[in-house]
Amino acid sequence: MSQATAFRIQESLLDPADAVHDHTVPAGEPCLLAIQAGQTLRLVDLDGNQAIDALFYAQAPLGERYSATNTMLAQGGIYLTTGSVLMSNTGRKMATLVADTCGRHDTLGGACSTESNQVRYALGKRHMHACRDNFLSALLAADIGLGKRDLAPNINFFMNVPVTPEGGLKFDDGVSAPGKYVELRAEIDLWLLISNCPQLNNPCNGYDPTPAQVLVWS
Amino acid sequence: MKTLVHTLDNPPASAPVDTPALWREFAPTLPADAVIWSDIVPGGCHGARLLRRGTSLRMVALDASANFSLVPYAAADLLERYNMPDTLKAQHTAHLTRGHVLMSDMGRAMASITEDTLGWHDPLGALLDEALLAAKYPAQRYATHRNAMARAGREGLQVELAKFGLAPRDLIAPVNAFSKVQVDLEGRFQFAERHAKPGSTLELRCEMDLLLAYSSAPHPLDPAPVYAPGRIGLAAWHSGTAPADDFCRSFRPENARALHNTELLYL
Repeated sequence: MSQATAFRIQESLLDPADAVHDHTVPAGEPCLLAIQAGQTLRLVDLDGNQAIDALFYAQAPLGERYSATNTMLAQGGIYLTTGSVLMSNTGRKMATLVADTCGRHDTLGGACSTESNQVRYALGKRHMHACRDNFLSALLAADIGLGKRDLAPNINFFMNVPVTPEGGLKFDDGVSAPGKYVELRAEIDLWLLISNCPQLNNPCNGYDPTPAQVLVWS
Repeated sequence: MKTLVHTLDNPPASAPVDTPALWREFAPTLPADAVIWSDIVPGGCHGARLLRRGTSLRMVALDASANFSLVPYAAADLLERYNMPDTLKAQHTAHLTRGHVLMSDMGRAMASITEDTLGWHDPLGALLDEALLAAKYPAQRYATHRNAMARAGREGLQVELAKFGLAPRDLIAPVNAFSKVQVDLEGRFQFAERHAKPGSTLELRCEMDLLLAYSSAPHPLDPAPVYAPGRIGLAAWHSGTAPADDFCRSFRPENARALHNTELLYL
């Protein structure tokens, strides 16, 4: 079951000119996108040190979703890198990381919310924009039957949250840099839900949230 | 430790409510006039309890290598749940012990860890599901094993949640009490065998009214080839709420704010 989950850098051979979908998500905004089985998704950290909070849902059945715990259990460790397989809450393979020029992505840090910002930083932070408001806003607009109950622990692409052998959790400086990307091959028909993280209270976005690029190849 | 079981005989009609003081065997230091109920959860079994704010739940491993998966929901609003990432990042921890607070996705303290003899309970390790159960252990079905049949943690918790109208998609990442999973420098899990000892104790003080579903099925990373999960003793008692100088409240400023947010619900 166990496999090493150190950094595994893998470049992609895909040409952006061939992408069937290519758009830029501005800093602090969400995006919900359908991706079909067999398609390849690339997320690009355009300016570096930008956390992209991501959740994956099966298009069917409703409510099947990325499971951080099942994904970690299946690969025997916490970090995502080339070769990692995202598992659903019912044990299905949802997507495989097929290329990764960053080499480490976070499964534990979760998404910021107005409520958790209050707890983590100060009660007065309640009205700062946050990822889980983005998630809900995109799900409400799409009206696909998903809501707050489906906001499970997410992936933070390009974010570095090491766990120490003593059981500590650290928020280290990003290991990402301008132009780094991660690619996933969809194993089933998926919804991708991302929030291009607006967090200003910690270094996860270098205190300056920046745009991210989303490309899909068929 | 003595063999602790509920009698399976039916009680006499003259005393139909059989409430043996099981807690005296595994939690004898609790104040007798404060104990509300006690129970023994056989290994592999599941259940759910409603626990009021100001109640504490003492959990005691009665056998070595016990595991106790916990999923807390706010009783008043089942959409508010324990949130693993919010809890861990607010306290900069990947393990749970005394001083830590289980936080909801709404920025509130749900329960505080007020006692712990082990020093490490696992928030990362997921649940044993039926597929892994079948792959890992010889079949132990009801037809041959009766109530000693092998049960999976995930499906057990799903049954408990369904009693409250929750669907499998509402099942959250659990706390695996009495289990320890370290993460090495490469990010790999290292499961600590024989972590829990008979008598290992964990206590949760409920900061809000909770629906707490539980399963004593094995931890999914437990390499033991035989399905033999340990029993858990439970004792709920009136502890009162967190005082101003509470250890968990002052453990971190994040905990003080999470407790404050919960207290606003009860003013």
